[in-house]
Amino acid sequence: MLGEGIIKGMVETAKNFVGSYHDPKRLTTVEYPENKIPAKENARNFPFLVFDGVDADKGLRCVACQICEKECPPKCIYIIKDTVKKPDYMGKMQIQPKIFDIDISVCMSCQICVEVCPFEAIKMDTQFELSTTDRFENLLLNKRELAKPNEYYHKIHPTEATEVDERLAAEKAKAEAKAKADAEAKAKATVAAAAAKAAPTPVPAPAK
Amino acid sequence: MIGEFFKGLFLMIWKVVTDQPDPKVEFVSVFPATIQPIISVLLSIVPIIMVFASLFALTTLLERKGLGRIQNRLGPNRVGPFGLFQPVADGLKMLTKEDIVPHSADKLIHFLAPIVLLVPTLLAYAVLPFGQNMVPIDMDAGILFFFAVGASTELSIFMAGWSSRNKYSLLGAMRAIAQMISYEIPLIISSVTVIMIAGSLSLVEIVDKQSGYHFGFLPHWNVFTPWGLAGFIIFLIASLAESNRSPFDIPEAESEIIAGHLTEYSGFKYALFFLAEYLGMFAVSGLAVTLFLGGWRAPLPFLEIVPSYIWFLLKLMGLVCLFIWIRGTLPRLRVDQLLNFAWKFMLPMSLINLFVAAIWHFTSVWNFRGAGLGRWLLCAAMIAVPYVWLGRTLIGNKKITHRTYRFAN
Ligand code: SF4
Ligand code: SF4
Repeated sequence: MLGEGIIKGMVETAKNFVGSYHDPKRLTTVEYPENKIPAKENARNFPFLVFDGVDADKGLRCVACQICEKECPPKCIYIIKDTVKKPDYMGKMQIQPKIFDIDISVCMSCQICVEVCPFEAIKMDTQFELSTTDRFENLLLNKRELAKPNEYYHKIHPTEATEVDERLAAEKAKAEAKAKADAEAKAKATVAAAAAKAAPTPVPAPAK
Repeated sequence: MIGEFFKGLFLMIWKVVTDQPDPKVEFVSVFPATIQPIISVLLSIVPIIMVFASLFALTTLLERKGLGRIQNRLGPNRVGPFGLFQPVADGLKMLTKEDIVPHSADKLIHFLAPIVLLVPTLLAYAVLPFGQNMVPIDMDAGILFFFAVGASTELSIFMAGWSSRNKYSLLGAMRAIAQMISYEIPLIISSVTVIMIAGSLSLVEIVDKQSGYHFGFLPHWNVFTPWGLAGFIIFLIASLAESNRSPFDIPEAESEIIAGHLTEYSGFKYALFFLAEYLGMFAVSGLAVTLFLGGWRAPLPFLEIVPSYIWFLLKLMGLVCLFIWIRGTLPRLRVDQLLNFAWKFMLPMSLINLFVAAIWHFTSVWNFRGAGLGRWLLCAAMIAVPYVWLGRTLIGNKKITHRTYRFAN
């Protein structure tokens, strides 16, 4: 009959109305500044720079290759290379950024910078309480404000961070093994060369 | 002079609070004869504006809280205890907003529209009997006056839509016109039944006709008769449409046309529109209370010691809460559904109801045993049968089942 559905709907909303007073489980919202829902692992908003160890300057993974600066669609990253070099996680000497700024009022959280960085140096943050009273200065984050330890990365994106760490460790191990093999080969070669000098018939050096 | 002034003032307040006749007389007589009419008029207008504007503030809060609870949220709770000062914050916000007038708008009409909307809405209050001795003007054709000024709100909505020079505004205004004209007819026809039975166009007399009790407890309100109940429901539905409230809020459907005729309004003008819309809702609910719910009369004999205006306000707020409840329940209609409903269901039903009211009037001379019950059942059947039949035809032989989407599955 006409009107039946309306009555049913009204009963349903009345149940919700009354229910929300005596059954707090029904309330789906959280009263934000007092109570917060922990951020989801896949949440992301603005990028930050990862550093290893305790010193943000020494441990910064970024090598100022400027790939992210070039790829960023709205061009909100600004990098100036430093003249002094510092060793990276494999001990190789690398350039480092002197200035690394991200204007988060321009950033559109696309994560492209993260995708293109070959050094796992830039990652997405979950921090969202960034409101300030100065929309120019305080939204332009510099290197110091952007640098956050690897532990923090582990805390906000555990799965991803572990995977990155494993990959870096594997790379490092591989590089070390290669370096060792190279060194051994070199040592062998020198030994062989010495032997060859001594002996009239030269022995060919073992292929690497 | 000063002494008389305060004596008159206190006497007036005392008379208003205790519901006595002619509260203004002593206070007005303090003033020189030339300005007495103006003072008397002001004394009627100022309280109406004050009471109903604060009722508006209260209702916005009530509405947001109620809707929140219906949707299992808390609603506003930041400003003051339990969010009680939220209307104040809203008001301040509205006042401090920039007043933007579109470059290509018709400036004069754009400016006039909110005022032209507010004035007739306030005028409609002039004839409502708020209490036993609280009728601003006891007009012989009060109900006619009410509908006459009420109809002019359509004009101002179209003014707003046309002058904004915005397609959404114009669309909204055209929808509003179609809706209001369609629903004005059932609104008026359903109140004509009351006029027929009461034999008067004066709202005061209509309330008087609803005095007394059946069996000592059931008040003689029109809503307790078959035609009155049907008329009340038709009147409520039509007044929902008249005041642009959900489910009939298609003139300002947010998801379709932004805000309809309000799209280009901001700041204080927007607030005026908002105020006028709510005041219109109060006025039409006040009329519903007067016509069908016995106006300011108490529901039970022993409750008559409570002042009459309190009963009026309570009934009014009851209707407003019902409107909020409906808003929290029903989704918005489509335009074709809206017009079909008005012309294919509401109009025939209200005409049938008019006929039933006539029968009720003529059967009042029956005086055999069980005449009262027989008359009641006859009239109820005469409404129920067409209702079911019309409802069937309106739904038609469409089978309402779950919709399947060919390409989505
Ligand atoms: S963050 Fe990555 S891509 Fe960007 S400059 Fe540093 S190392 Fe290069
Ligand atoms: S997230 Fe996108 S927009 Fe933001 S800095 Fe990285 S590349 Fe640029």
